[in-house]
Amino acid sequence: MLAEAAPRAGPAGPLVPTPYVVVERREEAADVVTLSIEPAEGSAPTFRHGQFNMVTSFGRGEVAVSMSSAPGAPGPVEHSIRRVGAVTAALCAAPVGSFVGIRGPFGSSWGVDDVEDGVDVVVMAGGIGLAPLRGAVRDLVVRQQSGRGRAFVLAGARSPDQILFDEDLRAWERAGVHVGISVDVGAPGWTGVVGVVTALLPGAPFEASGALALLCGPEIMMRFGGRALVDRGVDARRVRVSLERNMQCGIGLCGHCQLGPLLVCRDGPVVRYGGLADELFMERNR
Amino acid sequence: MNEAARSLLSGHAFLAGFPPEAVELVAEGAQVVTFRPGVLLFREGSPADIAYLVTGGKVAIEVHAPNRGPIVVETMGAGDVVGLSWAAPPFRYQFDARAVDEVEAVAVGTAPLRLALAENPILGFLFLDRLAAVILGRLQATRIRLLDVYGTSDAG
Repeated sequence: MLAEAAPRAGPAGPLVPTPYVVVERREEAADVVTLSIEPAEGSAPTFRHGQFNMVTSFGRGEVAVSMSSAPGAPGPVEHSIRRVGAVTAALCAAPVGSFVGIRGPFGSSWGVDDVEDGVDVVVMAGGIGLAPLRGAVRDLVVRQQSGRGRAFVLAGARSPDQILFDEDLRAWERAGVHVGISVDVGAPGWTGVVGVVTALLPGAPFEASGALALLCGPEIMMRFGGRALVDRGVDARRVRVSLERNMQCGIGLCGHCQLGPLLVCRDGPVVRYGGLADELFMERNR
Repeated sequence: MNEAARSLLSGHAFLAGFPPEAVELVAEGAQVVTFRPGVLLFREGSPADIAYLVTGGKVAIEVHAPNRGPIVVETMGAGDVVGLSWAAPPFRYQFDARAVDEVEAVAVGTAPLRLALAENPILGFLFLDRLAAVILGRLQATRIRLLDVYGTSDAG
């Protein structure tokens, strides 16, 4: 294979992608690939848990992808991408040594750095929704190990072969974090839970009063997950969700990602559930 | 009266908030049972004469398909009731139930329970009210799964 020439770095600015080189490519599931990337020149900017980059497949297009590695973690920045269209298919196929474009980081964060000590943090993720939470969970594991508060990870997937970050889930469990996994459809040999991800809530012994909950996944899952957490006693305003919309500019200029009063790329993707996302989820004219 | 069964029943989620006489009614003749992994609690088509109030372990609700073997429809755990088919005709289990791991449950005879609830409409209403909540929860969970929310996306 011929070595790919590095695209010329553009002038600094939020609308100009910076070339990054793919240094590792890992298949997480049949349709999900994690790309580890490094800037072709210089160092990557810092980011916060839950933020996203606009990732360009040169000649094809650009999509919003949350970072799936932890901020400040050594090594390249990771993006886990699900193959759902032409751009993501091209990104998923990007070989090691190829180049992608990056704009960002953009958007709001999960805010786990500001969580009060002693508070339980519940992470509920569905499908690829675990990717934007992965970095946060890694730091929540460290937080728990230092005695600052417990973490509970509840992950749902379509089927056992669609469970993402299996090694991470096991490592988090070994580190003492409560990890629950459910699948919608079982398979031969699967001895875990079959059911919706909210079915994992009764088995998670977190203290709902004061708890912080972070949800990411399909919007329908977040709607039902948010309600179930509130029913369990979690304050709706301490439930945070990550919204997915048609992000294009990433800086709140173009309006493609508008959702009610929000420009999701600027005001999100992470927003509070109670008094905001719960009402937006119920709007029918969008 | 089986004290071990009564103790477990008094802390079971299905009976949470029930008056003591309701717990006593269920405990009458109830037994604590355990199942090794892989053992069937009941089989599809057999009379639904026992309801299991699970207190530990995981139970798979299965259906057997030709050339595919057992297909797990849902799993139940501590706090769940396995075997709801006693609540309505034809009083036969509609699925298989199999222990996934070591399962502990309180086995409740449903024929005497139905008779007792028929004789005491207030308790009968309490039970049917709670059963309706359980059935509604399972119906809603099933509907969500039918949406296959993890399977589709409009993203690029």
